[in-house]
Amino acid sequence: MKVHEHQAKALLAEFGIPVPEGKVAATAAEAGEIARELGGKVVIKAQVFAGGRGKAGGIKVADSPEEAERLAAGVLGKRLVTYQTTAEGVPVSKVLVEKAVDIQKELYLSIIVDNASRMPVVMASEAGGVDIEEVARVIPEKILKAYIDPVIGFQPFQGRRLAYGIGLDQSQVRMATDLMANLYRLFVAKDCSLAEINPLAVTADGKLLALDAKLNFDDNALFRHGDIEGLRDVEQEDPLEVKASDMGIKNYIKLDGNIACIVNGAGLAMAVMDLIAQAGGRPANFLDIGTVNNAERVVNAFKIFAEDPSVKAVLVNIFGGMARVDVIAQGIVEASRQVDIKVPLVVRLAGTNVEEGKRILKESGVGFIEALDFYDAARKAVAAAQSS
Amino acid sequence: MSILVDRNTRLLVQGITGGEGSFHAQRCIEYGTKVVAGVTPGKGGSTVFGVPVFNTVEVAVKETGANASIIFVPAPFAADAILEAADAGIPLIVCITEGIPVLDMVIVHRYLKGQSIRLIGPNCPGVISPGQCKVGIMVGEIHMPGKVGVVSRSGTLTYEAVAQLTALGIGQSTCVGIGGDPLPGSTFVDILRLFQQDDSTEAVVLIGEIGGTAEQEAATFIKEQMTKPVVAFVAGATAPTGRRMGHAGAIISGSSGRAQEKIAALEAAGAVIAHSPADIGVTVKRALKND
Repeated sequence: MKVHEHQAKALLAEFGIPVPEGKVAATAAEAGEIARELGGKVVIKAQVFAGGRGKAGGIKVADSPEEAERLAAGVLGKRLVTYQTTAEGVPVSKVLVEKAVDIQKELYLSIIVDNASRMPVVMASEAGGVDIEEVARVIPEKILKAYIDPVIGFQPFQGRRLAYGIGLDQSQVRMATDLMANLYRLFVAKDCSLAEINPLAVTADGKLLALDAKLNFDDNALFRHGDIEGLRDVEQEDPLEVKASDMGIKNYIKLDGNIACIVNGAGLAMAVMDLIAQAGGRPANFLDIGTVNNAERVVNAFKIFAEDPSVKAVLVNIFGGMARVDVIAQGIVEASRQVDIKVPLVVRLAGTNVEEGKRILKESGVGFIEALDFYDAARKAVAAAQSS
Repeated sequence: MSILVDRNTRLLVQGITGGEGSFHAQRCIEYGTKVVAGVTPGKGGSTVFGVPVFNTVEVAVKETGANASIIFVPAPFAADAILEAADAGIPLIVCITEGIPVLDMVIVHRYLKGQSIRLIGPNCPGVISPGQCKVGIMVGEIHMPGKVGVVSRSGTLTYEAVAQLTALGIGQSTCVGIGGDPLPGSTFVDILRLFQQDDSTEAVVLIGEIGGTAEQEAATFIKEQMTKPVVAFVAGATAPTGRRMGHAGAIISGSSGRAQEKIAALEAAGAVIAHSPADIGVTVKRALKND
């Protein structure tokens, strides 16, 4: 789960990490007011989940409260298109108004869980303010790492190693070590999947400041962080995906094709997408219906597809292990009663209770194209979408 | 004969009184697995399908000699269940549970470090040695005893592959689902090593997917240490970047997570690639003939 920069900075501040003085504004007038309060130059930063804001005009400096108001009006209520968004961009409903700071250096700091070592790793680099993946590709030796044993946590000697390693002055080493320790505390306390400060600035007067902050949270841990769940901004997510999630379909991703898919199992769902592409088609979504032994989830999936005008065919591929095929079949029949399925439906069923499932479908009178295996299903769905 | 599970496996089911635990315990018993105990705190003294239930794993092991555990405990408590099984000295732990927080798994791995305990999963379908023992939720009927090992990050996609193999008369020695989480208890390399050492396994099918570098690490192992043929399929060649495709570990962040990179690495290491998920069976047949 992602949160906005201003929310991330509020959390950083809670954990004792210095952030620029600033406040979030939902209207241009508010932005002007905040600029007046802060005094002097301010930075107007569009609050969106996508990176690349600067180049897209989402980060601007204002010399006066009037200019702050004008610049805020220029982005609020509009959509920002960056290299990380689709052509439609993402909506901007808030801006962060921050006091501009003179900086002498931009560093990089982040924490993730390293899969290979199965430990959290703190990464620091002198190459801040730029795309870290570029740095990792071109000058990987500039990224220093400290692996954290969860039993002993982040130790001061690890902070010193990183701080001296990225060229900080003696006066900043202690500050940096404390900052890293605090970031690690936050990472563990809130079950983050990523905590990134880029750039971590060294100001003109030699202090450290988190100029930008990104916090991603482990979706699997949200059950124990109601406060974090409450920060969710559904406007930054695809509306159909939000709707699906509300209906209990947690693994739905909207794509830009025209063949809607219902599959049980993430790996199988990805393989079905691959088969559709190989057959010359394009999937309209990724949907892992999971081990659903309740017909309602199947009905809800069809309801989502009915709202997607780009869908020209529906492919159902179920290999039931834990999932029972007769229940899925019942769901399809129910769906056809509740939803007007205007497009061709291709169904391939296999596994637990398959004979019962096929019987239920045949006797229901629901129009569908039967497929023998998942390759056959993909081919038939592509053909159906083309002629539909 | 097989790896990890066989006729000598004495299985304990953690979470046996829950909906999933009881359903699958019964299916394992029907398959022929020796289910000797169940554990649900508070339900000690009862029985489920004739299996005695205990309050703790420690007592269950003492009383029944269980030497493997399968975990159906809900995500908020599953890591604790793994730790309890490890503390009781169970050498093989199969955790089916999906949704365990990553930092909980960091702790589990730290605890297991240096111990001779094999953890499979979490978020996995389990392990089956066809004809001998099933420790998982897979459809037993589609499997057939034989000489091909299967190791996969997926559950249902594995069933498709196994169904193709069985239809071609190619049986399986053991099928291992390592699961879809980013910090699995056992990696592809761990299981490939076991298959390489297993006299009854002649070839291996590896089913990967986008996200992480597990397939690349497997490729290195295949090149340096495997003498048996490996057929690989990697799902998600058409998946978008930056999105979690169901499995917590299936996120393409950076080029190494892309299917194309994994396929290239495996091919360079000498694995035979099945380019379509529908061709896994026939690709294995060809590989066995050519070997």
